[in-house]
Amino acid sequence: MSEPIIEITDLCFSYSGKEVLHSIDLTVYERDFVAIIGPNGGGKTTLIKLVLGLLKPTRGTIMIRNRPPRSNDTTLGYVPQQIDHNLSFPATALDIVLMGKHNPDRRRFFGDAKEDRQEALWALEKMGIVEVADRKITDLSGGQRQRVLIARALVSRPELLVLDEPTASIDTKGQKDFYNLLRELNDTLTILMVSHDLLTIASYAKSIACVNKRLHYHQTFESSGDLLNAFYSCSVEEICPVTSVSRNPQAKQTAGGRGE
Amino acid sequence: MMDVLQFEFMRNAVMAGVLASIICGVIGTLIVVNRLVFLSGGVAHCAYGGVGMAFFFGWPYMIGAVGFSLVAALVMAAVSLRSKQRADTIIGVMWAVGMASGILLLDMTPGYNVDLMSYLFGSILSVPQSELFAMAGIGALIFLLIAYFFKDLLVMSYDEEFALVRGVPVKRLYYMLIGIVAITVVMVVQVVGLILVIALLTIPPYIAEKYTKSLLQMMLLSCCFGMLFTIGGLLISYTYDLTSGAAIIFLAGIVFFLSLLLDRLLLYRKKLVMIRSHEEEGQRRLE
Repeated sequence: MSEPIIEITDLCFSYSGKEVLHSIDLTVYERDFVAIIGPNGGGKTTLIKLVLGLLKPTRGTIMIRNRPPRSNDTTLGYVPQQIDHNLSFPATALDIVLMGKHNPDRRRFFGDAKEDRQEALWALEKMGIVEVADRKITDLSGGQRQRVLIARALVSRPELLVLDEPTASIDTKGQKDFYNLLRELNDTLTILMVSHDLLTIASYAKSIACVNKRLHYHQTFESSGDLLNAFYSCSVEEICPVTSVSRNPQAKQTAGGRGE
Repeated sequence: MMDVLQFEFMRNAVMAGVLASIICGVIGTLIVVNRLVFLSGGVAHCAYGGVGMAFFFGWPYMIGAVGFSLVAALVMAAVSLRSKQRADTIIGVMWAVGMASGILLLDMTPGYNVDLMSYLFGSILSVPQSELFAMAGIGALIFLLIAYFFKDLLVMSYDEEFALVRGVPVKRLYYMLIGIVAITVVMVVQVVGLILVIALLTIPPYIAEKYTKSLLQMMLLSCCFGMLFTIGGLLISYTYDLTSGAAIIFLAGIVFFLSLLLDRLLLYRKKLVMIRSHEEEGQRRLE
């Protein structure tokens, strides 16, 4: 198989005395499309933040291309969940995309470099919305704004795209276009995406990671039955043998005893 | 209009107004897009505690006020970074306690004191030239700092989390911004008064935001609006013998509501155009 891009080993994360993630192992290979699912408060967003380097693991390691996560990493592009939080902000679509090119280590006093503008226009072109480059973000539709944010992530030419519930604020038609776009991008990019949407996961994702304090990884899934199982292993812990066994050491012993 | 400027106090008042407008236009823009209006109000009121302390202990005014409001501002910044949900409450508490402690300290100081009204509304008509120079100097320093970190501030103001991913030192920048807000507020309050500072920090940027396409344009337009308000307000107060600070704020308020009305009208016109085009299409179909 192809090279691993993310390697997580024995990862634990606690927040104010509460364990959010426990002993997680996950290897994501190039050009995979991983959907992260799980109940609210199960630690999906925490896992994403750890991968992005916004949080530091309590124990264990995360390696991205054999390096620990750090900020200003160009291998990584991030598309956040909320897209309407600062709507009236005075900036054009192009300005927002240019933010993805910003490098705090090399500050420019005025304006943006010509190459950066070219790159930003390329990213907008790739998203099919180059014609709105000079429009203010307030005047864009929800779908267009979402594409602007992906362009902002793509402009640094990442190998890995991380998305946190990207379609929360787009309508159904927009979502379909959006996922088709992601599939196209997936030809060259690895994608890690938090999602709640069973249907889209069934038709677009290649593998599934269920996160509910622990992680249950399904590298491939064949039928929608597999998918449902994966889904339930997350939300109803008892059904998934792996989770329930590892949860309860005593059950593990008896289960092991019976097996032998 | 020109004969107004023959008086030195009037020239100084116009200069003070222009300087305050420029400083408030730039800082106010950052305050509005980062939603720091309430925090700035808290800092401005809290600074009165510093004024009280300066008089009570016999320190120079600037050291007391700047020191006190800087500490208060950084505490507020820390609170709003740590516990976002209740930050406004804590700021409200500090707002009230800071102001009250200032009044108590002034009560306990024997002799002549600044009174609350002049702190609230300032005395733009009696600004000495030395304070104009001080304001210009500190303003220039602040602008250099903001120009250097402009892109970082832009990325942070739009999306804090993304800024972190890009490696922008968001926390340090946030503290810096709030520190700048504290210094600006104290400096400009001394010249034009607390109420006018809050008006100049919020009204021009709010109007400017709607008609501009970038943060820099928003800053420039806010400065223009601020100057229009201060100079216009001064003229009104001179002509009709009214309190200058209140006249400036009132003019700003009128323009603020006019801009809201203009938005409504523009929206209505858009709607009319749409309805008309639908009607035309219907007509064509009928034919």
